[in-house]
Amino acid sequence: MREVDMLTGNVAAAWAARIADVDYIPAYPITPQTEIIETLASWISQGLMKAKLVQLESEHSMLTAAGTASLSGARVFTATSSQGLLYGFEMLYNIAGWRAPLVLVNVSRAVAAPITLEPDHNDVLAARDSGFIQLHAEKCQEVLDLILIAYRVAEDHRVMLPVIVNMDGFYLSFTREPVYIPSKTDVEEFLPPYNPPHPFRAGRPVVKGAAVLGGHIYAYFKHNIHESLLRAGDVFKEAAAGFREVTGRFHSPVEGFLLDDAEYVLVVTNSFTSIARKAVVRLREKGVPAGLVKLVMLRPFPSSDIMEKLRGRKAVAVFDQNISPGLGGVIYNEVAAALYHVKNRPETLLSAIGGVGGKYTTVEEFEHVFHMLMHPEKTQPGKPVFLFRADELAHVQTALRLAGYTGEET
Amino acid sequence: MTRYKTLRDFPVEEYLSPGSTMCAGCGAMLVLRAFHKVLGPNVVFVNAAGCLTLLQVYPYTPNKSSWMYTAFASAPAGAQGIRDALDILMEKGRVNSFEDLKVVVVTGDGAAYDIGLQSTSGAIERGLDFYYLVYDNEAYGNTGFQKSGATPYGSATATTPPTERNPTGYTGVKKDLFEIWRSHKPPYIATVAPSHMVDMLRKIETASQFKGPKLFIAFSSCPTGWGFDPSLSVRISRLAVECGIWPLKESVYGKVRHTYIPTVLKPVEEYLRHQNRFRHLFTPRKQETAIASIQEQVNNYWLEAAKNEGFRITVAKPVTIAPP
Ligand code: SF4
Repeated sequence: MREVDMLTGNVAAAWAARIADVDYIPAYPITPQTEIIETLASWISQGLMKAKLVQLESEHSMLTAAGTASLSGARVFTATSSQGLLYGFEMLYNIAGWRAPLVLVNVSRAVAAPITLEPDHNDVLAARDSGFIQLHAEKCQEVLDLILIAYRVAEDHRVMLPVIVNMDGFYLSFTREPVYIPSKTDVEEFLPPYNPPHPFRAGRPVVKGAAVLGGHIYAYFKHNIHESLLRAGDVFKEAAAGFREVTGRFHSPVEGFLLDDAEYVLVVTNSFTSIARKAVVRLREKGVPAGLVKLVMLRPFPSSDIMEKLRGRKAVAVFDQNISPGLGGVIYNEVAAALYHVKNRPETLLSAIGGVGGKYTTVEEFEHVFHMLMHPEKTQPGKPVFLFRADELAHVQTALRLAGYTGEET
Repeated sequence: MTRYKTLRDFPVEEYLSPGSTMCAGCGAMLVLRAFHKVLGPNVVFVNAAGCLTLLQVYPYTPNKSSWMYTAFASAPAGAQGIRDALDILMEKGRVNSFEDLKVVVVTGDGAAYDIGLQSTSGAIERGLDFYYLVYDNEAYGNTGFQKSGATPYGSATATTPPTERNPTGYTGVKKDLFEIWRSHKPPYIATVAPSHMVDMLRKIETASQFKGPKLFIAFSSCPTGWGFDPSLSVRISRLAVECGIWPLKESVYGKVRHTYIPTVLKPVEEYLRHQNRFRHLFTPRKQETAIASIQEQVNNYWLEAAKNEGFRITVAKPVTIAPP
């Protein structure tokens, strides 16, 4: 039996934790994530969910408690955003190093300064080197599905690593979409109980997080994490196949849209994918062979899937909703590295940066990116293109004028 | 009734094997050993960065119990995660009660007084059922003895070196962690010292009756950082207690009682003189004013305590000198 509901991304995330029979939820409020923990808190206090939710005094403490609870054998769920993720940052590396297979939902929000509420991916991409698996959702349904798949992958003894499931603040977190909630029996069939390898128990002493002296031992453990993270890519595909059997819905690390004969392809992630799809459809209607590649998995980086989907294309653009000042788009550079060894790689690889700080990116802007791909001679190779519309610049100028700024030093 | 009346009652079971990386004569090790003896083997220590972190260097451990190294700022939050996980798993029937563990945070003063104070405050306020043992050597010992929030007035440290311009060394005030904790109203707080073992064993025993935060600040004589011969570690601790520098006390639900009253206080000079970190107070010229102010602080503390608790005490005279 399946139910369909109109859920926000946040409530979809809470539902995933509930049907995954999560044991422990360390929490700390931050916009736009807070609705997740409030929803869980209300279910637990009504007895609808058997779990313990504890509000800590910071994200740093929240993530510490999440990690040690996971090592003690509890299935752990937690959530944060932006400044919170960065405040707890050192614990991300610890949790991965401890091999604590918990799931952390990051509701993306741009990082201060200037302080703001709306999303971009500088927060979650800062965590890309921590050893967490990263899955990024386009829709509310994906938020729920990816969390369930995340537990199965994380707790697999071939992996034993934590997962970040990312959704965009506002665009997903507060937008209602139809979401199918799998039944309890379906979830039980897909997701076996967590079987921790060496939890803290009386009579079975164990040391966790011990210091190492010497680079050789440190490097040994780091290689281990790297190998497990690479394995997580295959385990994800296995899990996704199992998930399709019980729910009928399919997820893959890299998804293609109208790719078959596409010559011009846009690479995107997260919620703006839905807008980019529209642009692709419009171009197709005009006879342009446009297509789209959506990255669901950012870690492990699905290089071979990307190579396979982008080889032989005429021109490819990577849309980055982030900026690494002094370099450009983060994902662009990773895609470029993946394509380097492809013989018939696309001649043009364009970097487009947009949606920073939640700035809306229109269908027309995505179309514009495709037009640039069709006329690469008008672009500068390797230089990112910033999507910033004339009317937006006018808005900034109006604001400055209203504030009395004349452009002259006073 | 207590199990611990004399030193003969010191439990014989040993849970820490010898041969660790700690300095010879380390007071913190004495305290940890005693704690472990009273609490028994079913313990998980939750640790933050400090000297004792190096007890566990992969793949070796001297512990017969469990150990979790967390991070500098968040050992109490690490304890929260373990305690909560065990509780919910017992409630859900996935862990048996005989598999349960006592959760003991063990950190140095850097973590307890400075970087981890926020996470400790949170854990106490939430009523977490745990022990917290601070081994207080009054500075960041593991990184080479820099000043911490526990460093006392007049101490030389690597970041408060006495010079011509600043002859006193550290000129701030040691934080009163006991009172900071007490303002949270936990069931039990105590100070302990390795020279007063029976007092320490009894306090751990008393604490174990309470559910909730049970907090200990342990005087941890540190031969390496303080500059004295390792064989003097227990003697230095005794002097700290006898001079009134390190009061032995407990607080049960906020009510304070001194468990040992040094009826006639020895002058603080006797304690200070033996340690290199206070050497500059005595040579090349004696800093009478600085020493007198340390004595005065100690005297004021004890006169106030005597008044509150109704005991008698004879304080030592501050060395008074005429201003030049
Ligand atoms: S530096 Fe001090 S506290 Fe640290 S191990 Fe050595 S003696 Fe003990």
